Amino acid sequence: MGVPRLPHLLGIEGLAPEAISGLLDLSESYIDQNRSIDKRRDLLSGRTVINLFFENSTRTRTSFEVAAKRLGADVINMDVATSSVRKGETLLDTAMTLNAMRPDSIVVRHSESGAVNLLSQKVNCAVINAGDGQHEHPTQALLDALTIRRRRGSLQGLLVAICGDIMHSRVARSNIHLLQIMGARVRVVGPPTLMPTDIEKMGVEVHYSMKTGLKDVDIVMMLRLQTERMQGLFVPSISEYFHFFGLDHEKLRFAKPDALIMHPGPMNRGVEIDSEVADDLDRSVIHEQVEMGVAVRMACLEALIGGRRNALAGAAA
Amino acid sequence: MKGNVDPSAPQHSGSTAYINARIIDPVGDSDYRGAVLISDGKIADYGPNLFASGAPYGIQSVDCRGLYLAPGLVDTRVHTGEPGEEHKETLASAGAAAAVGGITSLVLLPDNEPPFDDASLIEFVARRARQVKLANMYAYGALTVGLEGKELAEIGLLAEAGAVAFTDADHAVGNAQVMRRALYYAKAFDALIVHLPQEPTLSTGTMTSGETATRLGLSGNPPLAEVMMVERDIRLAEMTGGRLHLAKISTAEAVAAIAAAKARGLRITCDTAAPYFALNDLAVGDYRTFGKLVPPLRAEKDRMAVVEGLKSGTIDAIVSDHRPQDQDSKRVPFAQAEPGGIGLETLLPISLELVHNGHLTLPRLFQLLSSTPARLFGLPGGRLAKGAPADLVVFDADYAWMVDRDELCSKTKNTPFDERPVQGRVMATIVGGRTIYRDDSFTTTAQAA
Repeated sequence: MGVPRLPHLLGIEGLAPEAISGLLDLSESYIDQNRSIDKRRDLLSGRTVINLFFENSTRTRTSFEVAAKRLGADVINMDVATSSVRKGETLLDTAMTLNAMRPDSIVVRHSESGAVNLLSQKVNCAVINAGDGQHEHPTQALLDALTIRRRRGSLQGLLVAICGDIMHSRVARSNIHLLQIMGARVRVVGPPTLMPTDIEKMGVEVHYSMKTGLKDVDIVMMLRLQTERMQGLFVPSISEYFHFFGLDHEKLRFAKPDALIMHPGPMNRGVEIDSEVADDLDRSVIHEQVEMGVAVRMACLEALIGGRRNALAGAAA
Repeated sequence: MKGNVDPSAPQHSGSTAYINARIIDPVGDSDYRGAVLISDGKIADYGPNLFASGAPYGIQSVDCRGLYLAPGLVDTRVHTGEPGEEHKETLASAGAAAAVGGITSLVLLPDNEPPFDDASLIEFVARRARQVKLANMYAYGALTVGLEGKELAEIGLLAEAGAVAFTDADHAVGNAQVMRRALYYAKAFDALIVHLPQEPTLSTGTMTSGETATRLGLSGNPPLAEVMMVERDIRLAEMTGGRLHLAKISTAEAVAAIAAAKARGLRITCDTAAPYFALNDLAVGDYRTFGKLVPPLRAEKDRMAVVEGLKSGTIDAIVSDHRPQDQDSKRVPFAQAEPGGIGLETLLPISLELVHNGHLTLPRLFQLLSSTPARLFGLPGGRLAKGAPADLVVFDADYAWMVDRDELCSKTKNTPFDERPVQGRVMATIVGGRTIYRDDSFTTTAQAA
C-alpha cells in the first residue's frame, strides 16, 4: 500500500471540460520550448517511463519517447516482438513484471479494446493509453484539439466532420467524446458498412455522402483506411472508396472555404486522401498535428507524474 | 450463512415427515401450508391436511417452521470441466454447487473434451454421478460429430446409453440441411433436439451490437441473429415434425416469433437463462469479462421482453447455463476472454426476483425451474406426486444476502452476479430422500423412531 495509486489517462470519455482545457493549456506552454534550441527540462528527472507497445507504431511511440526525454525522464521502449509476450506470457504477467521495476508511468498500445484498462487495474503507476483496439486514443484527440484551438481560438460551436472508417477507429471515438465535451458539433461521414451500430446515440450526425457530410464544416478529419482488411468485405474496392469517400479538392469545396484538413497519420495517399489536398499548406494542418503531439504528451506526462497534477483533477469523476 | 454439503448423507430406511412447510406444487399450480411424507426415497404423501393435527408419532419428522418446500430445481443446461478441464470444475464441485443452489437434477452439456458424441462418455458421466452422490446427473448427447455441425452423431446409440436430449451446446448448427436431417432422424427415437439459435455468420462479435459495444469499441452481434435462426428452426421443425427446444432465448424478436409459432399450434418449446432476465449489456460495463456470455447480454428492451415471455408462458423453462471459466480465461482483454458464467448457486435467488417483483407466483416459477424442464426432458423429478422421487428443496424466500464470488462453491468464480443483493436462500436440498445440503441455521428437530 506504500505507493499511492496515481490517476491514469485511459480515455477521453468521462473527462471534465476543465481537465481537457487544463491539459491543453499545459501543452501550450511546451510549444515554445519545443521550438527553441534548448528543448530539455528536468521536470521528470529521475522518473522512469516505459513505452509498452503491443502493436507497431513508430510515430506514436517516438512522439511519447521525445516527450518524456524532453522532460528529463528515463525512457525504456519495450520491444514486444522480441519479448516474452510472444512466448505466451499474458498481458497481466507482463504488466506486473514491469510494475515490479517501479516505473512512474507505462504508456501502452494494444490491439484489443479494453486491454489498457485491464492493465491499469494491476499496476500502481500511471498508465497512459496510447491506443487500445477500437476503443480510445486520448492523446490523439488532445493533440487534434490543441491544433484546432490554436487555429480557431476555441472548439466551442465548431462543426467537425470525421470521415472514413469510423467503425474500426479509436481516433474517431476519442475525438467524438472530446469535441462534444468542448462544445463542438460532430458529424461522422462514411459508407454504412464502416459505421458502428447506434453511433448516433453518441450524439453525432451520421452522413453517408461527403457532399452532405462536409457541407459547411469548419474541420475535416480524415481517418486512415486499413486497406488490408477492407477490400471486398467492407467496401468493394479502393478505387470505389476513393471515388466516393476520398478527400480531394472537389469534395473539399462542400466544406467552409477556410476549413482545416486533419489526418492522424499515417496517410494512404490516393485511398482516403488526395496528395494535393494533404500537401495543401493553406488547408492541411497534418504536420502541425504531429508537432502538437509531442507537446500534448509532455503535458500528459507532467499531469500524471510531474509535480503539477491538478490538470487532471476531476478526471476521475 | 454457511451450510454443509454431504454426499454421504444416509437414506433412512423408514419414513421422514417434513411438517409445517409452505408447500409449492407447480403441477397443481398451488401453494399451501402442509406436510410431505417421504418413504424409501420417494414421496409417499403430501398435502395441506397431512399431519395437520401435529407431528406424527413414531417416525422421524423435520419441522420446516413455515419455510417453503418445493420440488428441487431441474437445471437442463450445465457445463462442467469433467472430463477435460477438471481444473475448472469437476462433477463433484458442480454437484456441491448444485446442492447449495437447491438443484436436484441437472443435465450436462456435451461440449467437453472429448465431446459427448460417443456412448462411452454418456456412461462415464452416469458412473461418475453415482460416485459423486449429489444431484441426479444426466447428459446430453452431441447432435453432430465433434459438435461441428456437419455429420449427425449416433443419436440412437447415445439415447440408448442414456442421453436425455441432443445438442451442439453453444455451437449453432448453421447448415439448414444438417439441422433438417437431425430433426427428421431424431423422430425415430422421439429424441428432443435442443438448439442455441444464433446465425453463426452474424455472431462473430464479442457482445451485443449497440451503443455500449460502440462506445467500448467491441465488435457486436446483432440481436436479429437470434430471431433469424429461430424462424429457420421453426420452419424446419414444422417441416419435419421433430421435437425442437430452443435454448437461451435473449431477444424480444425471438420471444415474439416463438409465441407466434406456439399460437399456430407448433410443438416448439424454449428456455432462457437467468442472466437474460436479470442483466442487460450494461453489465459488461468497463470490460467486465464475467459479463461475456453466449448469446451476449442484450439491451434493456430485450431483457424486459424475456421477462414478459416468462410471464406469458412463451418461455417454458429457466436454466442456469452454468459455465465455469478460470482466471486465465477471464483475466484477459475482453475480446480474448472465454465466454460463460457460473450459475448453479444463484439460479434460485436470481429467479426469485421475478416473484419479489410481482411478475410470477411461486408455483409458476417452479413450473419454469422444476416441473416443465423435467417433463420436457423426460426426467423423473421436478414434481410433487405420490411415488415421485423425493427430490426437494427447502428455502427461505426472503432471506437477504449479497452474492460474493469468493463464497461460492464452484471451482471458478466467474459469476456475472458478483456483489448483487439477492433475496432467497436454500435451507436444505433433498435428493432421493437424502439431505445432501443443509444450511447451518436449518437445524432440524429430527426425532428417532
